[in-house]
Amino acid sequence: MTAARPTIHVERVARRFGDAAVLHDLSLDVRRSQIVSLIGPSGCGKSTLLRLIAGLDRSDAGRVEVDGRAITRPDRAVGFMFQEPRLLPWLTVRDNIVFGLPRAMRRHADERVGQLLAQVQLEGARALWPRQLSGGMAQRVALARCLAVEPSVVLLDEPFSAVDALTRMVLQELLLAIWQRTQLTLLLVTHDLDEALYLSDRVVVMLGRPAALAAEIAVDVPRPRDRRAPELAQLRGRLLEALHLTGVDEATRSTISASDT
Amino acid sequence: MLSASASQGARRAPLWLAGLVPLLVVIAWYAATSLTGRFLPHQLPSPGQVGATAWQLAKDGELTRHVLASISRVLAGFALGSALAIVLGTLVGLSRTAEALIDPTLQVVRNVPSLAWVPFLLLWMGIDEAPKIVLITIGAAFPVYLNLVAGIRQTDRALLEVGQVFGLGRVALVWRIVLPSAFPYLLTGLRIAIGQSWMFLVAAELIASTRGLGFLLIDGESTARPDIMVVGILVLALLGKLSDTALRFAARRIVRWSDEGAAR
Repeated sequence: MTAARPTIHVERVARRFGDAAVLHDLSLDVRRSQIVSLIGPSGCGKSTLLRLIAGLDRSDAGRVEVDGRAITRPDRAVGFMFQEPRLLPWLTVRDNIVFGLPRAMRRHADERVGQLLAQVQLEGARALWPRQLSGGMAQRVALARCLAVEPSVVLLDEPFSAVDALTRMVLQELLLAIWQRTQLTLLLVTHDLDEALYLSDRVVVMLGRPAALAAEIAVDVPRPRDRRAPELAQLRGRLLEALHLTGVDEATRSTISASDT
Repeated sequence: MLSASASQGARRAPLWLAGLVPLLVVIAWYAATSLTGRFLPHQLPSPGQVGATAWQLAKDGELTRHVLASISRVLAGFALGSALAIVLGTLVGLSRTAEALIDPTLQVVRNVPSLAWVPFLLLWMGIDEAPKIVLITIGAAFPVYLNLVAGIRQTDRALLEVGQVFGLGRVALVWRIVLPSAFPYLLTGLRIAIGQSWMFLVAAELIASTRGLGFLLIDGESTARPDIMVVGILVLALLGKLSDTALRFAARRIVRWSDEGAAR
């Protein structure tokens, strides 16, 4: 049996903004139906990498492929969740969800909206305006909008960082439930170590400028996971090590863990 | 889980308050004329006199003739000016080249006082409907143009990225994101434009016309009938307010999504 081709294939990409080389010679593969988190300090190029894979930005060198196809501009197979919901305020929840649907997929739009709203547990919200939604609800609509076009890959750029801790956990469960049903491939940028460990099959640590993949930690903990599992705590220690945050004095460390929860 | 919108949050003041000031004005007016005789009828006619004149004008069809003439001029000028401004504003809002080409000229033209156009337009187009409608067109176009350009320019880049993620091309981005997000600005421009249209209408009718509310004012002056002038002013105020309310009502129906649209 030949090795399955990776769903996301990033090969030796480089990206610079003016004089600043943000990414250089960086490669990353993600297999089908894997959940992979990218973690690293702010400004290390995680979001840049995500935008390259989404086709929102072009790399200066190297190749990006999704499902074997080169990505040079946005592709419907690649969904993107932003940090903020970014709903269109002049459209109702229903119309926001069908916003990205190509004409051919509009025929059964209402049925589809119903299914998606059920998946994100917002059945009653169909006719609401975005301004009537809480932050968590809006982000769920954004997730539904993203899933509506049936992407095979979803890229998430700190998708739950703008909501409170409890809502965040609810949204994480929701994402896992959807993933379990659809077997999507998920690549997630996050600052939240616990989120990365709870959700992912692999956590990739990016460090330096230009960024390099400094470490990779496989999370071989079966799902459903217990957020308090000692294995996760142990892996969390390894992540801190990889981020070079174990040698620092206790004060700095507590600041950092405070900021990532 | 619904966030309280502004209209629910703020307590609304009772509607009758709006009528209080006009009522006081009429009482003072009555006191200054009929009651005390402080002002003579040829200076300031009494409310009763004005009412009688208005009734008389309405009864013999004079008033309707003038009102219809004015309304049709305003509507024609407003429609033409808005249409022109929507075309130019969209071009200038979307394209820096179009902006460099058109905008400086329009900014200069915009600064010509309305009355300065009148003699030129009369000379050029005679004293028919054309110069009046053109003048109103000029007056209506600029508020629409300026607001629309501002609206297009403030389009949120973050929302444009959403469109890009779904693979929208340039035309689709404009049609589905830029223009809808500029729409409330356009409505604001239209509301200012309808007010300007009435202003420019009177400027046009004062100088050369045989019908219309501006003519009614001039006619009242030349025949020393201040009661007719007051009727003209009151009807203009009423029509201006009515057209603004109509536009606001339409806007509220169309932009239900925005907080501004929801309030009031």
